[in-house]
Amino acid sequence: MSNIMQIDGIEVTFTEGETVLEVAQRHQKEIPTLCYDPRLEPFGGCRLCIVALEGARNPVASCTTKATSGMVVETTTDAIETYRKTLLEMVISENREIDVHPLRGYASDELANLCNKYEIHDTKITGAKSGTSKEDDNPFILRDYELCISCYRCVRVCAEQEGDHAINVMNRGFHTQITTEFDGLLKDSACTFCGQCIQTCPTGALADKKALRAVDEVADAPLNKTRTICPYCGVGCSVDVLTNENTIVGIHPAMDGPANQGALCVKGQFAYDFVQHPDRLKTPLVRGDDGEFHETTWEDALQKAAEGFKKAHAEHGRYSIYGIASGRAPSEAAYLMQKFIRAGFGTNYIDNCSRA
Amino acid sequence: MSNPLVDMQKPDVIFCIGTNMTECHPVAATGLKKAIARGAKLIVADPRRIGLAEMSHLYLPLRVGSDTALLLGMAHVIAREGIIDEEFIENRTTGFDDFFEHISQWTPEWAETITGVPAKDIETAAMWYGTSNKAAIYYTLGITEHICGVENVQSLCNLALMTGNVGREGTGINPMRGQNNIQGAGDSGALPNNYPGFQSVTDPNNQEKFKSEYGRTIDLEKGITKVTALELCGDSIQAMLIDGENTLLSDPDREHCEHALRSLDHLVVIDIFLTETAELADVVLPASAWGETDGVCTNTERRVQRMRAAVQPPGDAKPDWWIISEIAKRMGIKGFEFDSPKPIFNELCRLSPIYAGLDWERIEKGVTDELNNQWPVPHKEHPGTPRLHEETFVNGKGIFSNVHYRDPAETISDDFPVWLTTGRRLQSYHTRTQTGRSQGIDYLLPEESLEVNPADLKKWKLSDGEWCKMSSARGSINIKVKSTNRSPRGTVFASFSFANVPVNLLTGSGYDPVTHTAELKVCPVKLEPL
Repeated sequence: MSNIMQIDGIEVTFTEGETVLEVAQRHQKEIPTLCYDPRLEPFGGCRLCIVALEGARNPVASCTTKATSGMVVETTTDAIETYRKTLLEMVISENREIDVHPLRGYASDELANLCNKYEIHDTKITGAKSGTSKEDDNPFILRDYELCISCYRCVRVCAEQEGDHAINVMNRGFHTQITTEFDGLLKDSACTFCGQCIQTCPTGALADKKALRAVDEVADAPLNKTRTICPYCGVGCSVDVLTNENTIVGIHPAMDGPANQGALCVKGQFAYDFVQHPDRLKTPLVRGDDGEFHETTWEDALQKAAEGFKKAHAEHGRYSIYGIASGRAPSEAAYLMQKFIRAGFGTNYIDNCSRA
Repeated sequence: MSNPLVDMQKPDVIFCIGTNMTECHPVAATGLKKAIARGAKLIVADPRRIGLAEMSHLYLPLRVGSDTALLLGMAHVIAREGIIDEEFIENRTTGFDDFFEHISQWTPEWAETITGVPAKDIETAAMWYGTSNKAAIYYTLGITEHICGVENVQSLCNLALMTGNVGREGTGINPMRGQNNIQGAGDSGALPNNYPGFQSVTDPNNQEKFKSEYGRTIDLEKGITKVTALELCGDSIQAMLIDGENTLLSDPDREHCEHALRSLDHLVVIDIFLTETAELADVVLPASAWGETDGVCTNTERRVQRMRAAVQPPGDAKPDWWIISEIAKRMGIKGFEFDSPKPIFNELCRLSPIYAGLDWERIEKGVTDELNNQWPVPHKEHPGTPRLHEETFVNGKGIFSNVHYRDPAETISDDFPVWLTTGRRLQSYHTRTQTGRSQGIDYLLPEESLEVNPADLKKWKLSDGEWCKMSSARGSINIKVKSTNRSPRGTVFASFSFANVPVNLLTGSGYDPVTHTAELKVCPVKLEPL
């Protein structure tokens, strides 16, 4: 039998193992989700992705339902939309805050966006609120569980993607609480501070404490994103640098990064502010006759740099000059370093820092 | 890496040797963890009980510097048991008969006497690796930073060749590169033996090609490595241009290195901070940093990717390419009239067969469903090459190497009875010029400490949390002691990241004679209470 099913009256094909949600998303159907992260195993917890399935008595969660031949699915009926709206109202009735600051994390606006889409601005459902925020003196991860909706994305990303199992669930039902072993601090757990829990959290309950330091400055200004590659090891993770005017305020992992598919480690996620550290060199320095460094102009420094090489060349010959290229700068720098040596002196007296 | 990073989720058996991947390449390690969750078996060979060892199904705690012996023992078992890929050996390799004879003497029992790993575990590792359909090798500096780094790598190649674990999904020999563009620096020709694109300088055709490009004849003779150059400083080497490397802290034998750089007539350093190395310079030129510089880099799986500027550099800092060009122009060297990185990268692509299909626009667009931009990319229509050696090897056939085990340059003695091995930690990067200046990292790792097995503390009269004096044949440093079972008895570990604990004052006992890579992983020391 061929792999053909029907979504909203249109026949579509699917590949073996695809879920109804995946097939629908490939065909630009907008199905709301909260507990779904495409990198993780389907969970079926939030029930927002329910669809009407012909022959089934009740709606089914599209994220956990595998596509089968002959399936007839409706993604958006009045009844389904009413269910979704009620579910969302129940979710937000327990949360202190919905419109969280985008600096909290990559996916932190998901709940707020759904509330906007379904025009839910407050809820008739009232009562006790669940989740107790946890004081944790670590500098990176804010544990603001009053915003938690128990979607378990953080628990699952830590287990399934990182394999660290640092965070888990405590208690059941209304008292469900995300925490670490023995309800302790993250630094005393298996946590490696990769920040993936922050970036998958759909409500900002787990948030980027370091980025939030800039919350006052960024309050009204736009946040720009620039796609680049992490400056640390050779894996080459893609990241989006978050900037506010000329200041780097945070890092988002690139979910479509070919080497990392959204994963990062503690260095790539949090060790970015060296770039704008006050220790940065800002002016060329030349050592004077007094043996000390003196700030100078580019013209003077470049002239002195060139003269020194010319002098060495004249007095000691072309084998007296050596170049060491950087493994950190872009390839254009390494290319020109070798060209400087080869075109300048006709030698192969060039290396890079890979032998240490 | 012979195989792409995505292949890390695919092997049936994973053999990690000399790699502390969960700390040094954490994101790559997530792929291995997924493979293990799926049911793959993990073999880890490492002197230290690192995180990866805790995850393994078979842990081989070998003595530092004994990798070749372990790998010869494994090859012996694979040959003896006949779990070889005869078709692959026949079609794709050369020298197997000699190799078969060579390894008949290197039994696992012999390997046990060198490595300290029980022969039966060497047998098991060989059986697992040899009998699986897809077995992959991952390694890093624990293999290469030895006087026998070349033999270690050749030994790994022997295992892969005899079992046909090359050129297929979930297999391969995969070194993980440690810096964001260390692959690109080599690709770009910053090597004493190769022009850009790994074109040999000893080939007269390449000499002719670059003569017509650069307008002068370049030596047909290989240049010297950085290690040799540092030895010749003040002697034949009188001037040096260093771009973005804190040579003084990252290289072995710091005193020798400092003396070398001080003895130069002229040292120019391009960097983003006034590093310990820059402190010795005559001219320091401020470079724009990551996040401020447009350009291209290549990752460990040979994928060429775009780096982009997000903010302006501070003060007068300038991109490295601009700085180098301006020096070159002032010396009258032709071919440095660049106004952006784009024409520089396009020139590199034009001159490098492995980059021939790439250009700035293609890298700007990034990876698509059709194009992966992993070199070699021999022409414009070529999508790139995620997996090497699928049909043939670059030089035709895979060559078996009849390697012999050699002791490290220095071995433990009455004077220096303890093995020191060095490496890196998750929370700090190299000499901490960057991570040391990023807020919050200190919360996770405020200082360096020497990892010592609890049972050794008493023997050497040390206390957990107290300082000790650690000395090698080259010098002494003070370091705080940390008691941990991660270190085996008789072996201690420290990273070289912290300037106040300059571990590389002690290292530098020897170098691989071919690659000139320093034996940073083995250094006999003695420990004394302070």
